[in-house]
Amino acid sequence: MSEYDPNIIAFLCNWCAYAGADLAGTSRLKYPSNVKSIRIMCSGRVDPVFILEALREGADGILVAGCHPGDCHYQSGNYKTSRKIRLLRRLLRELNMDPERVRFEHISASEGQKFADVVTDFVNELKVMGPNPLKGECQ
Amino acid sequence: MERIGVFVCHCGINISSMVDVESIVERVRELDGVVEAKSYKYMCSDRGAQIIKKSIEEKGIDGAVIACCSPRMHEPTFRGVAEDGGMNPFTVEIANIREQCSWAHDSRERSTEKAMKLVMSSVAKARLLEPLERGRTPVIPNALVIGGGIAGIQASLDLANEGFRVYLVEKDPSIGGRMAQLDKTFPTLDCSSCILTPKMMEVYHHPNIDLMTYSEVLSIEGSIGDYRVKVRRKPRYVDVDRCTGCGDCVTACRMRDRIPDEFNMGLSNRSAIYIQFPQAIPLKAVMDSETCLFHRFGKCGDGPLCVEACEAEAIDFEQKEEVAELNVGAIVVATGYDLLDPASLHEYGYSRSKNVITTLELERLISSSGPTKGEVRLPSSGERPRSVTMIMCVGSRDETQCSWCCRIGCMTALKQVILLRENLGEEVEINILYTDIRSFGKGYEEFYRNVRAENTNFFRGRPSEVRIRNEDIRIDIFDTITNKLFEIRTDMVVLVPAVVPRADSGEFARMMNLSRSGDGFLLEAHLKLKPMDTFVNGIFIAGCCQGPKDITDTVAQASGAASRAAGILSKKELENDPLIAVVDADLCSGCRICISLCPYSAIEPVVETMAGEEVVHAEINEVLCQGCGACVAACPSGAINQMGFKDNQILAMIGVLNDCSDAGGLK
Ligand code: FES
Repeated sequence: MSEYDPNIIAFLCNWCAYAGADLAGTSRLKYPSNVKSIRIMCSGRVDPVFILEALREGADGILVAGCHPGDCHYQSGNYKTSRKIRLLRRLLRELNMDPERVRFEHISASEGQKFADVVTDFVNELKVMGPNPLKGECQ
Repeated sequence: MERIGVFVCHCGINISSMVDVESIVERVRELDGVVEAKSYKYMCSDRGAQIIKKSIEEKGIDGAVIACCSPRMHEPTFRGVAEDGGMNPFTVEIANIREQCSWAHDSRERSTEKAMKLVMSSVAKARLLEPLERGRTPVIPNALVIGGGIAGIQASLDLANEGFRVYLVEKDPSIGGRMAQLDKTFPTLDCSSCILTPKMMEVYHHPNIDLMTYSEVLSIEGSIGDYRVKVRRKPRYVDVDRCTGCGDCVTACRMRDRIPDEFNMGLSNRSAIYIQFPQAIPLKAVMDSETCLFHRFGKCGDGPLCVEACEAEAIDFEQKEEVAELNVGAIVVATGYDLLDPASLHEYGYSRSKNVITTLELERLISSSGPTKGEVRLPSSGERPRSVTMIMCVGSRDETQCSWCCRIGCMTALKQVILLRENLGEEVEINILYTDIRSFGKGYEEFYRNVRAENTNFFRGRPSEVRIRNEDIRIDIFDTITNKLFEIRTDMVVLVPAVVPRADSGEFARMMNLSRSGDGFLLEAHLKLKPMDTFVNGIFIAGCCQGPKDITDTVAQASGAASRAAGILSKKELENDPLIAVVDADLCSGCRICISLCPYSAIEPVVETMAGEEVVHAEINEVLCQGCGACVAACPSGAINQMGFKDNQILAMIGVLNDCSDAGGLK
C-alpha cells in the first residue's frame, strides 16, 4: 500500500452542512481533498449501519454534519442523529474501534470556514491515529 | 438504471483548471452501465442541454450523472432537461465537482482523483435509481390570514380581489391592529385612520372575506393545498346581527370608566361592555366577561343596565364559545409585534412617574379620539407640558435587551416632534436623545432634515438615568458630539421602546410548526430571496411578526405574501416531491417507532386483517411527508425507504468512496 492518506466519508445534510461545504468552495477556502461527501436531505437520515459499513470497508474517518441545534430543516433530525452517534461511538469502543473516527458536527449554511476547519482538523487527527485497522479487507 | 450517460462540465475553467475533465470522461466510459460519456464547456447552457437530450434520444440513456456544480444550484435545471428530453427526471444524479472539489483544493492531481471518485459514486447510485412519479394533491382555493392589522388587511384584500375566499382571523374585537392606534404616519403625515379605515371597511364588505374577529387559531393540521384549521370564536355576549354599534350599552354600564382601556394604553378607562374604538370594524359592542358584574357575580344591581339600554335587544349572556373548522390551501401569518415594556429598564423611570410615557401612549394622547381628545397634557396633573424629551433606542440596539434596531423609532420620534409642535405651539421645548438617526426610507431623510432645521435640541448619547422629582424630571446626558455633559430639566419624557416579538410568539410558532430566529421573530425561509416564505410549505409571513418594519415595508411584504399564496391557490393541483419515505407493508412489524419520530405526524398505524389475524403496519401520508428520512434510519425492520436516498443507493456510494474492488463497477 502506498503512503497512508486518510479517507473520510462525510454525510452532509442538504440544508446546512452541505450548503456550508459549498460555501467553503465558493469562498475558495482550501481544505484537504481527503473528504468526499454524500448528500442526504437531513442528518437524521444517517443510519448507523452506513457508518459501520463504511468503517468495515476501510474508511478512516466518518464525518456526519447537520444543522445547528434548533435549525434543522426538519426540526429535530440533528438531535436524533447526535444521540445515535453518541451511542454508536460507545459501541465502537466495545468493538475495539477508535470512536474518534466518527465525528458529528453542527455546520450552518454560512459556516464555510468551519467546514474547512473541521475537515482539516479531522484529517490531521486521523493521520496521527493511523489507518483504519480494517482497511484492506475489501481492497 | 441500466443505460447511464455521464456528462462532465468544464464550467468555463472553473472546473477544468483544477480537474482533468477529459481523463474523467475517458475513465467513466469503462464503468459498468455507462453507455455515454461527454464533456462540455457549460453543461447548464442551452447547448449543454441539447447534448443531454441528444443522448437520451440517440443512445436511449435512462439515467444521467451530471458532474458539475452543486446540486443545490442546478439539480432542478438538469431534472428539467431530462424531463424535456423524455427521460424520468428522478434518475438524474449530480456529482458536485466544483464547490466541493475544484474550488476547494489546490492540487490538480488530487482534485482530479477526488472528482473521479465523486463521479464514480454518483454512477453507482444512478445504477440503483428508479424512475419516480410526482404525486398530485388537489388545492382548496381558500386562504387563511391570521392577524387583522395592516399586514393582514392588505393580504386579505389582495387575495380576495384575486377571487379567493379568505378567512381573516383577528384576536381583538376589531381589526386595525397597531396602525389603528396611531394618529398620523411618517413621512407623509397622513392621518392613520383616514388611510386605514377605508381598507377596514373594504374588508368588512368584501364578498370574498369572512371576517372572524375576537377569534384565535387553535390548531392546524394538513399541509400545503389542504390545511384544516380550528378557530376558537370567543363569545362577545352581544348578538352582532342585532347590535347597531350605537354605544348606549357602553354609557349605561355600571362599570363605566372603571376598567383600564387597552386601546388607549391604559390612559383612560372603559366600561365592561365596550366598542374597541370609534372606527372599529365590525362596529359592534363586546362584553368583557372578566369585568362584567353580571358575569362575575351573577348579579348586576337590579338587573344589567346594558340590557335595559339596548333597544335592539342584542345583549345575550347565554352566548357560548364556538369552534369553527376551516379548510384552506394556504395561510398568511401577520400577527404583528409588541413593544418592550420599559418598566423592565428601571433607569428610565417608566414605572416611577406617570409623566414618563411611550411613543404609543403619546400617539393616543395626540389622537383626537384618544383619552384627552387630542390635547397633549401631563398625565400626572393635566397641565400643558412646557418641555418634552424623547429618548430613543430604549432597549433597542442594546446587547442586554434587544440587539436589533426597531426600524420605526427614529422616524416615529421625528414625526411626533412635528405633532407636538402642532399641539403645544412653537414655544414647547423638545429634546431628542438619540443613538444614530436612521432615516433610510423613501422621503425619510428629507423629513429628518426638516425636523432638524426646526428648533429642536438633539443630543447624541444614551442617558444614564432619568431622575424623577416632584416639580420636574432631570436627565443627565453626555452628548458625544460636543463631548459635554448636560442636565436636562423636562416635564415629560417619551420613551421609544424596542419592537419585540408578540409575547405568545413561541407558543404560536409551535402550534403552527414555524421556526423562529434567535431574536424570537418568525423565521423566513431565506432572508433575502424568500422573505415571505417559511419552512412550512404553504404558510407565508408578513409584517412585523417576521421582524420590525414600518408600514410601507409591511404593506409591501403583505402583498408579496398574498401573491405567493395566490400562486398556490390558483392551481387546481399541486405536484408533490416524490423523494419521500415509503413503507413496505410486508416488512413492517408494526412497532410504531417511526410514528413517534416523524416531525410532521405523517405516519399512521393502519390495521389490516390478514389470514384472520389483525396486523398493524405503518402508512405514510405522501403529502405530509417532507422527506427528511428520520423514520428510514430508525426502522428496525428496514421496512421504510426514502425514494432517491434508498439504503442500497447510499451504501453503493459508500462502497465506491471506500475503494472496494467490486464497488467501482468496472466492466
Ligand atoms: S436538515 Fe440539517 S440536520 Fe436536519
